[in-house]
Amino acid sequence: MEKDFEIIDHTADVGIIAYGADISQAFANAARALFSLITELDSVNEVLHRDIEVTASNQESLLVEWLNELIYLFDVEHILFKRFDITKLNHTQLKARNYGEKVDKSKHKLKIGVKATTYHMLKVDKGNGCQIQVLFDI
Amino acid sequence: MSAPWQKILNKIDDYRWEIPKSYKAGMSVPGLIFASEAMLNHIWQEQVFQQVANVAFLPGIVGYSLAMPDIHWGYGFPIGGVAATKVKDGVVSPGGVGFDINCGVRLLRTNLTEKEVKPKIEQLIAELFVEIPSGLGSTGKIRVNEKELEKVLTKGSYWAVGKGYGEAEDIVATEESGCMKGANPDKVSSKAKKRGIPQLGTLGSGNHFLEVEGVDEIYDPEAAKAMGIGDIGQVLILIHTGSRGFGHEVCSDYIRVLSEATKKYGITLPDRQLACAPVGSPEGQDYLQAMACAANYAWANRQCITHWVRESLMKVFGKSRTELGMQQVYDVAHNIAKIEEYPIDGKKHTLCVHRKGATRAFPAGHPDIPDIYKSIGQPVLIPGDMGRCSYILVGTQTAMKESFGSTCHGAGRVQSRAAAKRSLRGADVVRALAARGIIVKAGSIGSLAEEASEAYKDVTEVVDVAHKAGISHKVARAIPIGVIKG
Repeated sequence: MEKDFEIIDHTADVGIIAYGADISQAFANAARALFSLITELDSVNEVLHRDIEVTASNQESLLVEWLNELIYLFDVEHILFKRFDITKLNHTQLKARNYGEKVDKSKHKLKIGVKATTYHMLKVDKGNGCQIQVLFDI
Repeated sequence: MSAPWQKILNKIDDYRWEIPKSYKAGMSVPGLIFASEAMLNHIWQEQVFQQVANVAFLPGIVGYSLAMPDIHWGYGFPIGGVAATKVKDGVVSPGGVGFDINCGVRLLRTNLTEKEVKPKIEQLIAELFVEIPSGLGSTGKIRVNEKELEKVLTKGSYWAVGKGYGEAEDIVATEESGCMKGANPDKVSSKAKKRGIPQLGTLGSGNHFLEVEGVDEIYDPEAAKAMGIGDIGQVLILIHTGSRGFGHEVCSDYIRVLSEATKKYGITLPDRQLACAPVGSPEGQDYLQAMACAANYAWANRQCITHWVRESLMKVFGKSRTELGMQQVYDVAHNIAKIEEYPIDGKKHTLCVHRKGATRAFPAGHPDIPDIYKSIGQPVLIPGDMGRCSYILVGTQTAMKESFGSTCHGAGRVQSRAAAKRSLRGADVVRALAARGIIVKAGSIGSLAEEASEAYKDVTEVVDVAHKAGISHKVARAIPIGVIKG
C-alpha cells in the first residue's frame, strides 16, 4: 500500500480516505488521518496511551464512535494520538490502545480544530484492500 | 450555452428558484433556493441541490426545503438551509442544527470613531487577544464545577449577568433573551459537560472571530438610529462564536440516539446525517432539551466575552463604560431549532424551524422582538470574511411569509480549506490585510489562509440577494479594522 490515507476537499469541512490491507489497518489509518489534520504527526511522540472500547450497531457507526472518542480525548485531555493498536474489531465492537502525548505548544503546531465525525459521505469498503471515507466537521 | 442547473430549476423570479419534487423521488415538498443566476453556477458545482432535496425527505416538512443565498455544501443539511416541520406529526433533526449549536453573532456599538481607534488598534487587538482566550485547545479563565455548569445550561445569559459579566440590558437585546426555555441538564451526557467546563468563556478556532469595525455605509438611517448607529466611522465590535465542545458533544450524542430512533420509527432517509425522530417522541424531546442547554451555554459564552471586550476598551482608551457607550445592539443564533408559529393555508401551525447556518429575521411588530426594535424589525447580523465587510439588516414580513422568518447568516465558503491553503500563506494574508489597514492576530497563523477573503463568496452579493428578495432589509455596513481569529 503506497499511501495510508489522503485528504479530500470539501468546501466547508474536510474529508479523508484511509486505506488498509485489512479493516483494522484502515480504521487505524483513518485515526491517523484525523490527527494529521490537527497537527504534524511527526512531531508527536508515544509517551502515553489510552484504551478505548466502543460498541455500536454496525461497523460504520463503530468508526464514527471511535473517532469521536479520540476527538473527545483531544478536547478534554489535550492528547495528540499518532499510533493505534486495534486489538479487537468486529461489526459491533472495537477495542484499541491508542498512543500519543499531551499537547505541548512549544513543539506541536496545532492546525485545525475538529468538532466531530459526520455520517455524510461515510463509506467503509471492504473490497480488494479496505478503504474508508469519512467527513469531519471542522 | 445553458448551464446544467437550468434543466433542473424552475425560475420563479430573479432571486427565487424552485427544485421541483420530481427532482428526486421521496421529496415531500419542493426545494426553494434564494440566489442570483450568477450564484447558481457555483451552487451547481457543489451539487447542494442534492442536499436541499434530501432535507425535503424529512417527515412533516412543510412549505419548501429552503436554501438561503449563502447556501453551500454541508454534511446532511446544506449550510444555509432552513426546514420547518410540524410539531404535531413532524420530526426534529440534530443535523438540521449542526455540531456548533447556537453558533451566533453579537454586535456591540460604541461612541468611539475610527479616527480615535486606528492609532491604538494594535494595542487594542493585543489586549483583546490576552483577555479573550482563543485558538485550538484554549481553556477559559472561568472556573465552574458541574453543579455551576448546570446553572449555565439552564440560565444562559442570566447566569453570566448574575456573575457580573455584562448587564441586564444585554439580555433584552439577545434572541430568546439569552435563555432558551426547556433546557434540561439531565439530558446532557457527562462527556458533554466535561468538554464544556474548561471551554466556557473562549472564542474557539476555525471561522470564529472577534472583529473591531467601522461603519462605512448607512442604508436606513432610522433603523440604524434605533440600534445606536448614527455616523460613518462609528466603531462597532462583532463577536462570532458558539457552544464550543459542549455543543459538539451534545450533537454527536444525539445523532447516535436519533440514528437508532430513525430505524425505530420506520423513517427512510437518503443521508444518515439527517437522523431524526418525531418532535413529540421521547428521543425528539430529549434532544430539544439538551439542545436548549447548548444554546444557553453559547449565550453565556458570548455574554462573558462581551464583558471582557468592554473591560479591554475601557483599559485601552482610559474611558468609563458610560463614555464609551458599548451597548449591545443584538445577539442572534444561526445554528438552532426553534418552536414557532406560522400560518399555512390560513391555519395557524406550530412548527419546529431548523436553521442550519441561517438567521432568524422577524419583522417589525413581532411579539418576540424587544420594544426598542418593535417599529423597525429584529436586527440581523451578517458577518463577512475578515478582508471585506459585515452587514446589519432587519427582518421583514416577506421572511415571515416565505422563509419561516429566516435569512442568510454569512458569506458562505467558495473554496475548501485545503484549496485556500494551497494557494495562500497565512503570513501573506496578514501582510495583505495590514496593507489595507486591517490588523489580524490569530492563534495559528497557518490556519489564517483558510479564512482569507478568497475562500469566501463576497458577502455583498449574498446580502444583496437577501435584500432584493425581501427576506431582510439592509440597514448598515461596516469594514474591519482589527480582527482576532481563533
